[in-house]
Amino acid sequence: MLGYTITQWLFGILSFLAIMFALMVVFSRNPVNSVLYLVLTFFCIAGHYLLMNAQFLAIVHIVVYAGAIMVLFLFVIMLMNLNEEGEPQRSWMTKLIAGVAGGMLLFVLVGTLKGTEQLGLATYGSSQIGTVKNLGMVLFRDFLFPFEIASVLLLAAMVGAIMIGKKEIK
Amino acid sequence: MIAFVIYKFIVCVIVFGLSLGVAAYSTWWERKFASFLQDRVGPDRAGPFGLLQPLADGGKMFFKEEIIPNVSNRFLFILGPSLFMVTALMTGSVIPWGKAWTTSSGAVYSFQITDLNIGVLYLFGVVSIGVYGIMIGGWASNNKFALLGAIRASSQMISYEIAMGISVIALIITSGGTLSIKEIIEMQDAGVANVVWQPLGFLIFFICALAETNRAPFDLPECESELVGGYHTEYSSMKLGLFLFAEYINMFISSAIMAGFYFGGYNFPWAHEIYQGIGLAEGSGWITIIGFTVYFVKICMFISVFMWIRWTLPRFRYDQLMHLGWKILLPLSLLNLGITVVVEYFRGHITF
Repeated sequence: MLGYTITQWLFGILSFLAIMFALMVVFSRNPVNSVLYLVLTFFCIAGHYLLMNAQFLAIVHIVVYAGAIMVLFLFVIMLMNLNEEGEPQRSWMTKLIAGVAGGMLLFVLVGTLKGTEQLGLATYGSSQIGTVKNLGMVLFRDFLFPFEIASVLLLAAMVGAIMIGKKEIK
Repeated sequence: MIAFVIYKFIVCVIVFGLSLGVAAYSTWWERKFASFLQDRVGPDRAGPFGLLQPLADGGKMFFKEEIIPNVSNRFLFILGPSLFMVTALMTGSVIPWGKAWTTSSGAVYSFQITDLNIGVLYLFGVVSIGVYGIMIGGWASNNKFALLGAIRASSQMISYEIAMGISVIALIITSGGTLSIKEIIEMQDAGVANVVWQPLGFLIFFICALAETNRAPFDLPECESELVGGYHTEYSSMKLGLFLFAEYINMFISSAIMAGFYFGGYNFPWAHEIYQGIGLAEGSGWITIIGFTVYFVKICMFISVFMWIRWTLPRFRYDQLMHLGWKILLPLSLLNLGITVVVEYFRGHITF
């Protein structure tokens, strides 16, 4: 089809959807809609993981981000009941500064990406590379130490969050 | 290729029809069971023993007036129940319903839509997406009771998913580290049912399944005395029907998962001896049918236990629910995981 393989077609469609939903997150006026668009963006990214043969990563991405973290986001936003009428009006000065800052970030990103070389889709290795078995072998044999460090870091963050959340520390 | 598509399409239609049919007749069985426990007759007007009652209920649901509150978000209001129903139906696709059938020409037809090598994780993924259906529906109703019900439902589902996940990890270690549901069930063909090695894990899984499907004694999201009708207060007609129906499908699927994970699915004790005794070769179509029947009986038993519990136990208080989930089930499931690791090390399933 037009000289592209199915993988390339899927990549193109998923990328288009991911970018479109990501833009909708920013542009939609209702915060609940924003969160739901963000969930759709996560689904598109999970699709990208599948294209790269990382089935485990794809499903964990959905379980953790779409299924747990975004639900908590949705909780908070639904309970705060934000709406268009209650949205604070920003002055033109704030808008200008935000625009310039965002534009500069975009400039830096484009500049960085321009220098990198393009990765071919075929270089992602065999179809078995992302299975749970192979991933477990790599994580718990070759990269055991960084893995454990990361888990301790997460634990520390969790304990810290509970400490901050407490009203009074005895 | 065409033959493969047709065969998969037929399996899809069977699983789809099975989920809907069992869910419909669960409502009938629920009412019959309740009437038995409460010493009354129950539905008996529509057809013999009231067997046409689900059809009458469905017809009534379709013909009722449909009301969408005009202050609510119309699109999300419709999306909520649809999403809940879709995710409920999606879970049936990775469950193997019977042994594979090998034809005389050597072609193998498995009675399963797809055998994912991450099937267990797929189930968890779909279940965690199902929360959105309730949350979106409850929020889009623009009603305080609906919102409270939705938040109760989703926080309950998220909390109990953790204990459920850890008890499943222990189960996966017992089944030799596979995440494919078919392999978990096949493992129990050679040995004994997993419940022998995982009694505590099964208990935790069962309690969590009750909470995940919002069934009594954990049906706080739709607790009439506090929240009118919970997250589906504003829903009427078939949209309400979808919410109620999806709950029964979830119940059917979680019964199927429990029967498959812990009670051998389509396997039963001395299956091979019995098959040989009546002269059935491996891979015969009759074995598929017998296996499916056995599985189905197990599923029906679990559905009946769900109902028995509903009409026996009183409802929990919400803080008791959270206490049970976080302070009792979570440590218990971690303990179960620790014991499993030690036991499996001595059984030789874990090597270093």
